[in-house]
Amino acid sequence: MLWNTILLALREIKRNVMRSVLTILGIVIGVGAVITMVTIGGGATAQVKEQIASMGSNLLMVTPGKRLGPGQSSNTVLFKVSDGEAILMNVGSIAAVAPVSSKSIQAVFGNQNWSTQVTGSDNQYFKVTNRSIRTGRQFSDSELRAGAAVCIVGETVRKKLFGGQESSEGNIRLEKLSCQVIGVLESKGQNTMGMDQDDIVVIPLRTFQRRLSGNQDVAMFQVSVQQGASTDKAQRDIRLLMRERRHLSPSDDDNFNVMDMKEIAKMLTGTTQLLTALLSAVAAVSLLVGGIGIMNIMLVSVTERTREIGIRLAIGAFEREVLMQFLVEAVVLSSFGGLIGIVLSLTASVWLASMLRVPFVFNAGIVVIAFLFSAAVGVIFGYFPALKAARLDPIEALRYE
Amino acid sequence: MFALGQTDNQSLIELQGVTKVYGTGQAAMYALRGIDLRIEEGEFVAVMGPSGSGKSTCMNILGCLDTPTAGVYKFKGIEVGKLTRDQRTRLRRFYLGFVFQGYNLLNRTSALENVELPLIYRRVPAGVRRARALETLETVGLKGWESHTPGELSGGQQQRVAIARAIVTDPAVLFADEPTGNLDTARSREIMDLVTGLNRDKRITIVMVTHERDMAAYAKRTVRFLDGLVESDEQNGRAT
Repeated sequence: MLWNTILLALREIKRNVMRSVLTILGIVIGVGAVITMVTIGGGATAQVKEQIASMGSNLLMVTPGKRLGPGQSSNTVLFKVSDGEAILMNVGSIAAVAPVSSKSIQAVFGNQNWSTQVTGSDNQYFKVTNRSIRTGRQFSDSELRAGAAVCIVGETVRKKLFGGQESSEGNIRLEKLSCQVIGVLESKGQNTMGMDQDDIVVIPLRTFQRRLSGNQDVAMFQVSVQQGASTDKAQRDIRLLMRERRHLSPSDDDNFNVMDMKEIAKMLTGTTQLLTALLSAVAAVSLLVGGIGIMNIMLVSVTERTREIGIRLAIGAFEREVLMQFLVEAVVLSSFGGLIGIVLSLTASVWLASMLRVPFVFNAGIVVIAFLFSAAVGVIFGYFPALKAARLDPIEALRYE
Repeated sequence: MFALGQTDNQSLIELQGVTKVYGTGQAAMYALRGIDLRIEEGEFVAVMGPSGSGKSTCMNILGCLDTPTAGVYKFKGIEVGKLTRDQRTRLRRFYLGFVFQGYNLLNRTSALENVELPLIYRRVPAGVRRARALETLETVGLKGWESHTPGELSGGQQQRVAIARAIVTDPAVLFADEPTGNLDTARSREIMDLVTGLNRDKRITIVMVTHERDMAAYAKRTVRFLDGLVESDEQNGRAT
C-alpha cells in the first residue's frame, strides 16, 4: 500500500513538473546552503588545526604587555636578549628560544622593490618555527655576533625581487641597510590568518637592532618545548621566571603574556566554528521558508483535487489513507528537494573549497541530518494540508466544481 | 469485519422513519420528513421525483455517505447511524458500488487505473487487480480502451468506465445517480441493458435515481419522492 502511495505521489509530482520544481526550490536552497556552510566551515577549521599542528604543538609565545592583540597597556616593558637567555638557562625542558623582532620594510633589488616583513632573530628561529633553508646556509656565529649585513629570504620575496632567475645572489637593500642574500627558505604557504608565510626576510637580531630599530629591545620570544615535555609546566615556569626578573609583587598583574598553541588554536578554531554555526543558522531559516512553500502548494493541490478526494473517500478510502497520500506526496517532494540540495551543495563545496584554498572535508553527518530534516519539513508542513484533504465531506467534495 | 448476521426475515436495506434536517432553528430545512423503505436483495429499484424532493439525500444516506438526523437505517441488519466514519467507509469499500452523477472519474488517469481504484483500497494484489479490472472493462464493452483517459473517451464510454469501477468489486448494492443523464437515447439504452444484465446475471441489487420514465421502466420497482416523503412505491408491470 505504501509503495502504491509513493508511486501515486511520484505520478502526481510528474504531472506538474514545473510547479514541483518551484515548490522544492526553497528546500533545495536551504539544504544546499546548510551543507555548503558546514562543509566549508569544517574545511576551514581543519585547515587551522592542521597549520597549528605544523607549527608545532610545543610552541610557546612570550609577548610583552598584558593581553594579546590591540590595546596593549602603555606601560609595556619590552624584552631584552638577556630575557631569552634566562629562559633557556633557567627553565627545564626547553628545546630552543628564538628572539623575534619584526618591522615592515620596502626591500629593493635593482629596479624591483617589494614591501615585506623583516625579522631579526638567530638560527633558533628556523628551529622554533619548523622552517628549513632550501638553498644557501644559516647565519654563522660570527655574523650573528657582529651583526653582519646578511639575510635569508622567503620564497615570495625571492620571486618578487629576483623574478625568474634561479640564482638569488646579490645584495638587497632594506632601508639604509644593504645586505647579502645567503639563503632561501623552504616555502610554507599561507598561515591560519591567510598571511603569506613566505613573504619574509630574516636577518641577525643584532643587525636588526643596530641598523633598523636602533634599540636593544626584543619584541617577543618564541619558545619550543622539548618533545614529550609538558608545555603547561614550561609555561608556568617561564611566567614565574619573568615575574621574578621584572620584580613584580604578588599583587601585580603580569605585564607580559605566555601563550601556548593550544590556546591560540582554540581561539582561531573557535572563531571559525562560531561563524560556521551562525551562517548555518541563517541557511536553516531558508529551510523553514521552503517548508512554508511546500505547505502553500499542498493546500492549492488539495483544493484543486477536491473532487478526486471526494471520489476516493466515497469509493472506500479511509481518512488516514487520504491523509497518507498527501503526506507522502509532501515528503517525497521535500526529500527530492533535499537530494537535489545535497548534490548541488557538494558540487558547490568542492568548487568553493578550491577557490578559498581550504581542504574539502566531506561531512557525512550533516548530509544525513540535512536530508532527514528536509523529509521532516515535508511531514510537518504537509500534515495540515493532508489533514484538510482527509477531513473533507465526500458529498461536498463530489459536488465541488 | 462485521458480523453481518442476515436472517431470512431481514431486508438488505431498511429505512424506518428517516428524516434529514439541514441547518438548525429558523433556518432548518427538512430534506427528508420520515421515510420508510425496504429493499430486498436482488431488487432493481428506480427512484424518481422532482429536484428537491429528497431523493439525492436519501441516496447519500443509503450509500452510507451521510447519516440520518432521526430514524433508523439498517444495512443487512446493521444500524448505520451508529457506525463511525471509518466503519461506514468499510461498508462502502466492501459492499457498495457507486455510479455518480457526471461520472466522477479521475482525470488524467487511464480507464484501467480508474477501474482498479476500489480494488487498491481493498488491498487486492496488483496482478489480480489488473486482471479483474480488464475483465470488468470487457464486460462493459470497453475492450481496447483501457489505456485511454476520461478526456479521450465519449460520454457513454466514460459512463461505462464509471459502471465498471462500481461493479469491479462485486458489490452487494449498486447505487446509480442518473446513469444516463447526459446521454442520447441510443447510448442510454446500451447503459440500461448493461445495468439490467448486472441485476439479472450477477444478482446485484440496484438502486437507480432517474428523471426519465423510459429509464425507470427498466427497473422492477419504482419509488417516487415528493417533498421529502415517499409519494408512491409500486412494482412495475413489465417483466424483464
